[in-house]
Amino acid sequence: MNSAAGQRSTLPGFGLTMGLTLTWLSVIILIPLAGLFLKTFELSFDQFWAIVTSRRTLNALRISFSLSFAAAIVNLVMGTIIVWALVRYRFPGRRLFDAVVDIPFALPTAVAGVALSALFAQQGWLGAPLAALGVKVALTPVGIFVAMIFIGIPFVVRTVQPVLIDLDVEIEEAAASLGANRWHIVVKVILPSLIPALLTGFALAFARAVGEYGSVIFIAGNLPNVSEIAPLLIVIRLSEFRYADATAIAVVMLVASFLIIFIVNRLQRWAQTRAPTH
Amino acid sequence: MILDQPRQNVQFTSPIGRGRIAFGDPAAVFGTDAGATSVAPAARLMKARQTSLRAPRVDPRTEPGAARRVIIAIAVVFLSVFVVLPLIVVFAQAFSKGAMAYVVALSDPEALSAIRLTLSVAAISVGFNLVFGVFAAWAIAKFDFAGKTLLVTLIDLPFSVSPVISGLVFVLLFGAQGYFGPWLQRHDIHVLFALPGITLATIFVTFPFVARALIPLMQEQGTQEEEAAISLGASGLQTFFRVTLPNIKWGLLYGVLLCNARAMGEFGAVSVVSGHIRGETNTLPLLVEILYNEYQFAASFAIASLLAMLALITLVVKTILERRLDEGQTSGEH
Amino acid sequence: MSIELKNIAKKFGTFAALDGVDLNVADGELLALLGPSGSGKTTLLRIIAGLDWPDVGEVSFDGENALAHSAGDRQVGFVFQHYALFRHMTVFENVAFGLRVQPRAIRKDEAAIRARVKSLLDLVQLNWLANRYPSQLSGGQRQRIALARALAIEPRILLLDEPFGALDAKVRKELRQWLRSLHSEINVTSIFVTHDQEEALEVANRVVVMDKGRIEQVGTPGEVYDHPATAFVHGFIGESIMLPVEVRDGAVQLDGKPLNIAADPALRGASKLFVRRHDMQIGPSGSGALEGAVRHVRSFGPIQRAEVALCGGEGKTVIEIDAPRDRTLQPGDIVGLQPRRYRIFAAPD
Repeated sequence: MNSAAGQRSTLPGFGLTMGLTLTWLSVIILIPLAGLFLKTFELSFDQFWAIVTSRRTLNALRISFSLSFAAAIVNLVMGTIIVWALVRYRFPGRRLFDAVVDIPFALPTAVAGVALSALFAQQGWLGAPLAALGVKVALTPVGIFVAMIFIGIPFVVRTVQPVLIDLDVEIEEAAASLGANRWHIVVKVILPSLIPALLTGFALAFARAVGEYGSVIFIAGNLPNVSEIAPLLIVIRLSEFRYADATAIAVVMLVASFLIIFIVNRLQRWAQTRAPTH
Repeated sequence: MILDQPRQNVQFTSPIGRGRIAFGDPAAVFGTDAGATSVAPAARLMKARQTSLRAPRVDPRTEPGAARRVIIAIAVVFLSVFVVLPLIVVFAQAFSKGAMAYVVALSDPEALSAIRLTLSVAAISVGFNLVFGVFAAWAIAKFDFAGKTLLVTLIDLPFSVSPVISGLVFVLLFGAQGYFGPWLQRHDIHVLFALPGITLATIFVTFPFVARALIPLMQEQGTQEEEAAISLGASGLQTFFRVTLPNIKWGLLYGVLLCNARAMGEFGAVSVVSGHIRGETNTLPLLVEILYNEYQFAASFAIASLLAMLALITLVVKTILERRLDEGQTSGEH
Repeated sequence: MSIELKNIAKKFGTFAALDGVDLNVADGELLALLGPSGSGKTTLLRIIAGLDWPDVGEVSFDGENALAHSAGDRQVGFVFQHYALFRHMTVFENVAFGLRVQPRAIRKDEAAIRARVKSLLDLVQLNWLANRYPSQLSGGQRQRIALARALAIEPRILLLDEPFGALDAKVRKELRQWLRSLHSEINVTSIFVTHDQEEALEVANRVVVMDKGRIEQVGTPGEVYDHPATAFVHGFIGESIMLPVEVRDGAVQLDGKPLNIAADPALRGASKLFVRRHDMQIGPSGSGALEGAVRHVRSFGPIQRAEVALCGGEGKTVIEIDAPRDRTLQPGDIVGLQPRRYRIFAAPD
């Protein structure tokens, strides 16, 4: 132990903890993911392309992504309204509703799935009146849409909430003293500073909805090409022992999800340069 | 699914003072009454009073009352329809055939076996990820090294992956046609369609929870107390157990709580690796699905109600722990 | 316990925190490491403690190689700048910590530990706080508890990192005196780091002035103040006037005009002239080597502090002088300035 020995740390245990961390990480995460990519590369590009562009696959991907996007938009709008009400206003039961927002996070997806399915079924509490109006929710893509909204609710709210709470009152007062009316203040002063958080929440809701399985398969009709989501197709392919197909679809989903997050990160950075928050 | 923490730049704890409301309902009357100079003083006063009673109170610091009410109404109705109602439906359906049927459903051998399996899987998963989380947090929070961001991103990976894909990767490894499949078959080891596979998939999806709860907490607490302990002659283990652990206990509980909730409620990943063997490889969420598909709605919802209660308890304890963590952050340490 | 440091160097990345430091600390002395931030003083302290390791160099305690031992084995008491008290333990448990984690073989029994903690708390006069938590204490109280905790393990060396930095002025003064009297009572070799020269000069037996990872001067407070060895020390300690001058063949020039003061014939070229504020004698115009116009005068206590703009050059050099109050100065007065005591150092390129 001479003085010229390399970097020594004051606190002990780095070697042990780092070693175990990396080992555990490799065994649980890296090796399984490596298996996924290895399997993908077993296919030739043509084979891969054929699987991915088959009619059923394309439809499943289309249904998953388009409905997730739409649901995320709904959550963006509703989430903003909800977080505004929770942060800015006082009303009876506010604390309760604040806690309610977390339920889609905490509730096991299977439970959410059967609950939504029962709620919107033909004889369900909401399904029946909607059916009377001629709207069928369960067993249709609309049902998928509804389930995706459910699971995305907390994302926008919880991401925007801390930002909204920390907003400086003085900025609004300054705008008011300069003659802006409330509408101007909200649209031109407050909302722009929320954009990075809004985009993040949107992306999280989107990404989550795309991969969602349990909440969706009960209320969806699961008819191929009509109401079949991509995760379900993966499960079906696995049960048919068509591992390569399942893997190909999974890879497409993964790449698309990472792209989404990447694009949104870029958007966020752009938004920050235009309307810096702090 | 459970309690995915929002991404990097957002604080992991609930924001301090979450119940804070920025604006109340102040009533400020602005403006004088125009044209007063043309009227005699007493009459002026009278006119001013009348005007202030009739004119709408416009406070530029918050929205007009009507707008406020509409916004609150929309928020409340939306949450009630999309969140509260489904929750109520679970319990309503569970008891739809009476309390007796509820109890029968829960004491069915398949239900009991599912409960046992769920508890075992959760216990093992939480145990492993607890140890991992502590080790990872110690390495990441108390030392400096290159590649920290990469490491944290890798640890976060299960959050961005669909549960079905989380199960898929294990099928690719251990399935009959998987990479290790033939080897496993030769040695008559069952990973898929058995406890090991279910546990592995669950460990995968709950991997980040404890680490993510501990890392920011331990980073914020710094290394000074540990250095002080070392300088006073404590060994590494003594330092961890006597100094670090008491400081992180609430964060640890928080991570364990979320990890457990997700482990017990995981559906997609487990569904892929379990094989749905009745009485053997069905966790509670899988049992819900099976009963539902067999139209045994009351039984299905009875099981679902157990999981729903778990979720509610988790939320309550989570809120309490968040308050403890907030207190820890605001009661100035230095 | 004497300490010997030889040729200590440490880099953080490309930043050289310490660059060839040699130092001998005598047994029982109270030493101050004084310097601006970035001078390397805290790094040096942590190396002595074993909380950091030098890239090169030797550290010996009483002739024994200290680098062979980890921080816990060196029997060094360290008091952190922000106290680092264990937040979830009471004051009593904090102080007892070092005693409780000792290996079973040498650990005292519980009664002995309790007695020792009590005597330490008596020493720092905070026994009444024994059951409180650190968050319930004031800054000054926390500092004293941190000290008691460090003393509990009977250290052979006591190290304090900016011990009073985070406290307000009045508390700082009280604790300074308290530290000095504590040291004379317990007589343990002690080193403290500070950027506050008043603190160093008031408290320490010897002062080590550091800058940019190097030692500029080591000496008693008197030596360092009255006989600064380098330009840095002169400028850092006490209030000085610094004027850039040219020296040629023993003659001094300021702004091109000759200055009637002597200089060391060995000096050559660009140099710095240092004069203490109170060493600049004021007389009528023409009576001194320099001329200036008084711009502003502040009187307090026994002195007047005058801002004087030097004539010559472009009249842009303004210096501050402390003059006695026997002859009142007025803004606009033209005065002659004669340095009574001064030093001229070579200026680095």
